[in-house]
Amino acid sequence: MAAPLVVIGTGLAGYNLVKEFRKLDAQTPIIMITSDDGRQYSKPMLSTGFTKGKSADDLAMADAGKMADTLGIEIRTHQSVTALHTDAHEIQLGEETIAYSQLVLAMGAAPIEIPLSGFEHLYHINDLMDYARFNQAAMATVASQVGQHKKRILVMGAGLVGCEYAHDMAGAGFEVILVSPDAYPLPRLLPEECGHALMPALTSLGVELRLGHAVVSVEKKGDGIVAVLDDGSVLEADMGLSAVGLSPRTDLAKAAGLACERGIQVDRMLQTSAQDVYALGDCAEVAGLNLLYVLPLMNCARALAKTLSGQATEIRYPVMPVQVKTPSLPIVVSPAANGVTGQWQISGQSPNLKAEFRGESGNLLGYALTGECVAEKMALNKELPPMLA
Amino acid sequence: MSQTLKKWQCIVCGWIYDETEGCPEEGLAPGTRWEDVPSDWLCPDCGVGKEDFEMIEI
Repeated sequence: MAAPLVVIGTGLAGYNLVKEFRKLDAQTPIIMITSDDGRQYSKPMLSTGFTKGKSADDLAMADAGKMADTLGIEIRTHQSVTALHTDAHEIQLGEETIAYSQLVLAMGAAPIEIPLSGFEHLYHINDLMDYARFNQAAMATVASQVGQHKKRILVMGAGLVGCEYAHDMAGAGFEVILVSPDAYPLPRLLPEECGHALMPALTSLGVELRLGHAVVSVEKKGDGIVAVLDDGSVLEADMGLSAVGLSPRTDLAKAAGLACERGIQVDRMLQTSAQDVYALGDCAEVAGLNLLYVLPLMNCARALAKTLSGQATEIRYPVMPVQVKTPSLPIVVSPAANGVTGQWQISGQSPNLKAEFRGESGNLLGYALTGECVAEKMALNKELPPMLA
Repeated sequence: MSQTLKKWQCIVCGWIYDETEGCPEEGLAPGTRWEDVPSDWLCPDCGVGKEDFEMIEI
């Protein structure tokens, strides 16, 4: 019997790849391996869970057993792959060796840990199990202090995850303090004017913004934490959440000698530097692009499913706007490719702004739309070049 | 004839299609029922097709 297709990781990338593959090939045996519980869930929904009053169990759509039945595959949960032997077409799980015909790496990214005294007292959220821990602790805090004061949550980081959680938790009645050395929210996605437009939307929900300041230390105090900022000020909170970024999981690939830069490097066929080994999702750097969003991941899942089933298919990225989950001020962004030069042209009146990033000849390279201007998305998409033609 | 308008949610990314509001920026007028959304229509957030949406309670 032929060796199975082996997929490492059961996040959006792993499950959607297998789902797409099964549409084309119902027969080939598949083994999926995950270090967590293998429950299927929608990652973007973690960012709106508090406002919607959802626990991790509410957000889980199916457990590993149900997924295995539905897809006709074997799923190994709570198991870690310890080594890849790409020449032998085998992977190692401790003592056990599993042979593969084709291998897919879909291990995602890990929250960045920064060298900060007391960092371990902060929560982070990048998967359903993280969400379960954080959500349970936050809701327990609420129950134990009813009638005393609103719970204070310190959120560290003003990027996509930090802003979405600050918004979500403030919307759910928590008192949120957002601390970041950045001067305005979402600086890697938005021009300054658009970032400033988001600030009143956050503060009107009750988020206290401490921008331009870094946390220098965190200590435990009673049931809560105390954070010291670089200006010496001291913030007390019931809980802290670190949202300072993600780093693609490349350790296993690197140890096996696969080419890695920011992520595991793959070509337009999503193949790594080793034969029959592929990667997609947050861990992959596709033709130089490491994009931690759902739309590129889904495009990769569809293309790779075809390639694995025998129809070699190159990945193409269409225009892929990112929706920021800050419902009190909708934002949609289509970031320009790295390294392209151009200038922002901004029109409209805050908080309804249309920011176009245009090159020398006036060609549109990217955009950011806030508030009512998000309605112009379709028109601008038509003008944009695809991310990867 | 006045059937209640419903909401549909993408099970991949959580994007919600509200029949009452439609999705004018995607070319769907307010009041467009899910069954009248073209079958080749894709979720604006993640690109999955209609089969990956499910109806949720209003």
